[in-house]
Amino acid sequence: MQQLRTIRTDWKRNWAAYVMAIPVIAYYILFHYGPMYGLQIAFKDFSLAKGIGASAWIGFDHFKDFFGGIYFGRLIRNTLLLNLYELVFGFPAAIILALLLNEIRQVVFKRFVQTISYLPHFISLVVVAGMMVDFLSRTGLVNQIIGVFGVEPIDFLKEEGWFRFLYVSSGIWQGVGWGSIIYLAAMATIDPTLYEAARMDGASRWKQTLHVTLPGIAPTIVILFILNMGNLLTVGSEKVLLLYNPLTYETADVISTYVYRKGIMEASYDFTAAVGLFNSVVSFVLIVSANSVIKRLSENKLW
Amino acid sequence: MRPTSGERAFGGFNALLMIGLCVVMLYPFLYVLFASLSEATSFIQHRGILLRPAGFNLGAYRAVFENPMIATGYRNTLLYVVLGTSINLFMTALGAYVLSRPNLYFKNAVMFFIVITMVFHGGLIPTYLLVNQLGMMNSMWALLIPTAINTFNMIIMRTAFQGIPVSLDESARMDGANDWTILFRIVLPLSMPVVAVMILWYAVGHWNSFFSALVYLRDREAYPLQLVLREILIANDTDSMMTDAGASDKYAIGETIKYATIIVSTLPIICLYPFLQKYFVKGVMIGAIKE
Repeated sequence: MQQLRTIRTDWKRNWAAYVMAIPVIAYYILFHYGPMYGLQIAFKDFSLAKGIGASAWIGFDHFKDFFGGIYFGRLIRNTLLLNLYELVFGFPAAIILALLLNEIRQVVFKRFVQTISYLPHFISLVVVAGMMVDFLSRTGLVNQIIGVFGVEPIDFLKEEGWFRFLYVSSGIWQGVGWGSIIYLAAMATIDPTLYEAARMDGASRWKQTLHVTLPGIAPTIVILFILNMGNLLTVGSEKVLLLYNPLTYETADVISTYVYRKGIMEASYDFTAAVGLFNSVVSFVLIVSANSVIKRLSENKLW
Repeated sequence: MRPTSGERAFGGFNALLMIGLCVVMLYPFLYVLFASLSEATSFIQHRGILLRPAGFNLGAYRAVFENPMIATGYRNTLLYVVLGTSINLFMTALGAYVLSRPNLYFKNAVMFFIVITMVFHGGLIPTYLLVNQLGMMNSMWALLIPTAINTFNMIIMRTAFQGIPVSLDESARMDGANDWTILFRIVLPLSMPVVAVMILWYAVGHWNSFFSALVYLRDREAYPLQLVLREILIANDTDSMMTDAGASDKYAIGETIKYATIIVSTLPIICLYPFLQKYFVKGVMIGAIKE
């Protein structure tokens, strides 16, 4: 009875907020949980005519097909390697840039460099890929320049050996400045007295970086690292989709582009839903385990 | 304390490195700009880096502006940006407001329900089938509704809303305001910095997005600018833009047209960029201090 009365006063006071919650919750149910419901077709012989619910269950057949298929190894390797390279080269690049920017004492110059380094982040992937296609073609700018040094023209985007390098380096070009902001923000919150104390103890700038700045941004690094771990299997399909072609599938085709080609273009929905589910589950496991490992090692964590 | 000679050497090296970085970041855009202003045949004959346009000719820009696909793409993109960002802002603000209320029943459950979607999602195919089933295929709503809320943005906005003193809320209620009035008359006006950031992020996202259009749109009349660009830049289809050029000129003109297209499609962001930059950065900062 008492509880009923509190609910009633709560409703009287907050009804409008509950009404507001309706579209938001409806949105999440429909567009986030709806696809989760749809994932069951990964275990079904899906037919569009029958619909998701009425299609027949077939168990793990699609998964078996995928794991036993000729592309499985290639897709896993490409997805993991592209992400791993981004993690190994791209992730520290932003930290290093932030540390170097932090060492610049002239405020105007520092701000100038920052402004310019953010710029590529706002250019669309289509334009970035378009510029790459053009600069890296046989007659493009890059070949004209290396031609001066007597290098034979290279068809960069048509040779599978180059794809990973181009993918990762263009990613760094586009993202390094933007990625550094978060570390610079973290550095700005470091207590200046720590630097003073370090200087008193005779620490050089290098030592200060090592013993004050880096520990100061360590929590930020850890959190971003966990988030990146979770993405180890979800390479951004969009850029690969723009840059790859059948000649470079061997090194460029990743799980998500495969899902796009097989699923959307060739309409084999149930099979690619299984591939996508595999991808989501592995990502989920990776992010949860990265979080728990980090939690054990330090007090930093995502949740 | 005076810098040691080693530190001074590092400072010089660092400055050089940063200047190098600026060149690498900026030069591709300058090259594109110079190339787009070049006269087509002299551009083709030119080798290596450009420090100014090779000859001067605005023909490429004329071809771009006369191209009907670019004009339609531009119009569509503007529509998608305006409509999409409005939907984003409305929905995100609602969610952020509800989650920022201190004492609502089920609030924690709702938060949990939402955060799960950040680590696990159904993926492309089930989403595609859902959009299909909802009858949004080949319609602009497929680009605007399924992405109505970006969960990360909503959490950022919630954090900003939580910073508003509770006493304001209390006194507004005394005066008979309900939550709708409080959100639109008090909370949002007091959160203009974060609102500005959200508008910018969502708007740039819509301006640059091409993947959902690629997946959901069949009708070329509805293509956003980025899909038109994709045909011109990646698939190298510039022929449709040259009505009266001979075969030999076609290749040369096609090259400069590509560059002019890049400039025209990127110009709005490049022009606004210096003014908007601080808002973009502010958004990252708000996001960074959320935990």
